[in-house]
Amino acid sequence: MWPFSPKKQLELPAFWQEYEDSFQQRLPEKVHDNIFIVWDTETTGFRLDRDRMLCIGAVKLMRGSIAVKDSFEIYIQQEHYDAESAEIHGILRNGKRERISELDALKLFLGYIKNHVLVGHHVMFDVNMVNAALRRNGLPKLKNKTLDTGLLYKRTLLTSNVLQKKEKYALDELAEKFSISKKDRHTALGDALITAIAFLRILEKLNPRNVKDLIKKQDPPRFSL
Amino acid sequence: MPHTAYTPIDGCPIWVDKTPFRSDECNILTKNGPKYLGFKTYICVMKNTISERVADFLKNYPPFSALESGQLAALSYEVTIVHKESNSIVFSEKEAPHDFFYVVHKGAVALTKKGSTQILDICDEGDVFGLRPLLAHENYKLEAKAHEETILYAIPIKEFKPLALQNHLVGDFLIESFASNTRNPYSQKHRGKLYGVSNEPSQGQETKLLDLQPVRYSSDLVTCTEGTQIKTIANTMGKYNVSCILVVKDGLPVGIITDKDLREKVATGLFPITGSAKSIMTSPAITYPKELTVTQAQMAMMKSNISHLVLTEDGTTDTSAVGILSKHDIMVAMGNNPAVLLRAIKRARDSKRLRGIRQSIMSLLQGYLEENIPIGLVSKIISELNDATIKQVIDISIKKMETEPPAKFTWLTMGSQGRGEQLLNTDQDNAILYENVPESKSEATRDYFLKLGSIISTELNTIGFEYCPAEMMASNPLWCHSLDEWKEVTTHWMGNPGPEEVLLSSIFFDFNVTYGEKALADQLSLHIFDNVKKFPQFLTHLASGALQNPSPSGFFRDFLVEQDGAHKDFFDLKLRALMPMVDAARVLILSHSVKSINNTAERYEKLVELEPQNKELYLACSYASKALLKFRTKHGLLHNDSGRFIALDKLNKEEKIKLKRTFKTIKEIQSLIEIRFQVKNLLR
Repeated sequence: MWPFSPKKQLELPAFWQEYEDSFQQRLPEKVHDNIFIVWDTETTGFRLDRDRMLCIGAVKLMRGSIAVKDSFEIYIQQEHYDAESAEIHGILRNGKRERISELDALKLFLGYIKNHVLVGHHVMFDVNMVNAALRRNGLPKLKNKTLDTGLLYKRTLLTSNVLQKKEKYALDELAEKFSISKKDRHTALGDALITAIAFLRILEKLNPRNVKDLIKKQDPPRFSL
Repeated sequence: MPHTAYTPIDGCPIWVDKTPFRSDECNILTKNGPKYLGFKTYICVMKNTISERVADFLKNYPPFSALESGQLAALSYEVTIVHKESNSIVFSEKEAPHDFFYVVHKGAVALTKKGSTQILDICDEGDVFGLRPLLAHENYKLEAKAHEETILYAIPIKEFKPLALQNHLVGDFLIESFASNTRNPYSQKHRGKLYGVSNEPSQGQETKLLDLQPVRYSSDLVTCTEGTQIKTIANTMGKYNVSCILVVKDGLPVGIITDKDLREKVATGLFPITGSAKSIMTSPAITYPKELTVTQAQMAMMKSNISHLVLTEDGTTDTSAVGILSKHDIMVAMGNNPAVLLRAIKRARDSKRLRGIRQSIMSLLQGYLEENIPIGLVSKIISELNDATIKQVIDISIKKMETEPPAKFTWLTMGSQGRGEQLLNTDQDNAILYENVPESKSEATRDYFLKLGSIISTELNTIGFEYCPAEMMASNPLWCHSLDEWKEVTTHWMGNPGPEEVLLSSIFFDFNVTYGEKALADQLSLHIFDNVKKFPQFLTHLASGALQNPSPSGFFRDFLVEQDGAHKDFFDLKLRALMPMVDAARVLILSHSVKSINNTAERYEKLVELEPQNKELYLACSYASKALLKFRTKHGLLHNDSGRFIALDKLNKEEKIKLKRTFKTIKEIQSLIEIRFQVKNLLR
């Protein structure tokens, strides 16, 4: 028997179909015409195989504006729980927050993000977390374009090797540099808002010509001094 | 009073965190709506982490402070957070009213009337603007523009209006503020003209820069003649209670005697009190026309270092005197002058106050430029004020530390502020140099100064000095060293002059002591000069660094504009014109081992002295660097930015010619450097 029999193509649920269909529409070229989803997740830890998302927070950013009521905040019911990380995000296992199942969370999240560009601080971690959850629920990976404020921030600094740029800049450092209040650090929606404001400041500094240009800017510069 | 109940609509989006407003009465909400716990009426308000934060902010400012927390929570949920880049328009004059009015969360918004550059009001944190047109159903009467990068909360009028009608405290606030035409009737200063146009006639008078108004001088002249006895003069001055007396001959002023003359020449016994006025008078008297503005008068006094000016009919000594102007008169005459600002800076106890003072400094600067006051003087005054601001910030910051500094230290400002050329708010480049401490204390000392450095740099940022994008700030461990460490670092730069090291030295070597022990900095300077002799190739590298910026004009004497990036087709004034001049001055002055002259124009003037054979070129350089600085400042003020990038199509013919004239000088000084330091021999 053929040992690598192709996975049986499951009938994907309607919400996924809808999500996928949204990608038939192309992203607007101009940065200003795009809707950016700036988001963050709180998780039980950093391991993709074991840890789980507890909360997803996201805001919609368009033309420099964020409508408070159009933000996204859900808490997810999870079996896996890690007492250590609870000290950071303060989400207790049996807290009073209303929670929903992981599948419901994904459903709502996909319906919210559609084909928009996802912006996050070290966004690939969150993307991978969501992808792991999607896989657990028998769904394919996220298809959205992503922007990492950590990488973009680096591009606002001068290019020079003696200045010893750090490998990574934490969200706290960005918040400090851009004097953004850190009051809501470690709530997903709070971090999402901080990231959104940092992202806006970065946009002003980088002044990209279009979205493509902006996405390209995440790559390390080709030349240095 | 019964609360308005905000019950969630059926099937409301589940992702909204529906934490009830009163948790004691209702603490569980299910997917299908709230579960009623108990029998009391409860209020459920839609909110999430962000809306809570918005409410937290708004509750500190009227009129929102008068709202009940439930109302505020509901209102906050409807807010839109708007980010505005600096200089972008929030709304313009005559525009139809938006659905929102605005509260400044961060940053500042300038309100102006069309056709005038005069800013009517600056709204900062917590200030409300753009509300009246919405309530009155009329178009905006002012233009609102982000004065810096700004975050606004846009509050929908639809949600706000019922609250304003319901809550009489809110209504009262609005009525009062509209009636008194100020933004916040509770504040002492009635500065705002927010809700409409102010009473037009008084407007110009009120806001005009006092500086540029004609001086008021005393026209009751107290005079004597050359032969008058000193004792009589002193008696006369005492009788009229004046600090100076004019010596006249045939009705024309020939000299002046002040308190200082009496003190220094008579009381010291140099001249007897029986002597004549002629023997002690300062002659000729320095005369000016009576149509002097306050600023000009102050400049005149500063220039000649005198405290009294004689005003005559036509400004010369050949016409009769009409009045005398003393320093005191000027102080009284105006509020916004450098001396008054300086005192205000020294009295400021927190950075918020200093930030306000910086606004005044900027409008002072604008006035100076409009009046065409020599840029050399202007930059001196502004740099003085900047230095004083930084000093005050350091004093404030030291108080914030738990202990006194463990060692003597100096705060060095580098780059343009170090050169006294920072007229506009540009980046902060600074460093800390502290005295050597025993090894056992070195770590604790370093930690202390790093902490101090980061407090100071944060405070400076609050005031309006942007962070340095290259992290050249005392909060960075690389820019906070003891004397020995700095010696080591500079020796390394000079001994291994790669492009980076040259870049770093060129920024660092313009350091200027802003605060603390000057002796420490002097020791470092001496060390650097020793090294210049030790590593002669360093100057060559520095010179080559000065030449690396491409010449500003192309083959056809056209401007070279930027080819790429955000500033495509703009002319980079800093990189292509100012930097070559600055770099050239630095390498030349270092090669002469001249320390403590940092200003580029002054460096060229010193070079005129040192190398009379190149007098003409250096004079041209001095002129060009002043002209370029003025150019940059003017454009920066006009566009409220650093003035670095110039849109060429916006320049008029005269400006273009002026700019091009400086390019010739740049080319000449670059070729002088190329030949003198044999840059060609360098493998580049």
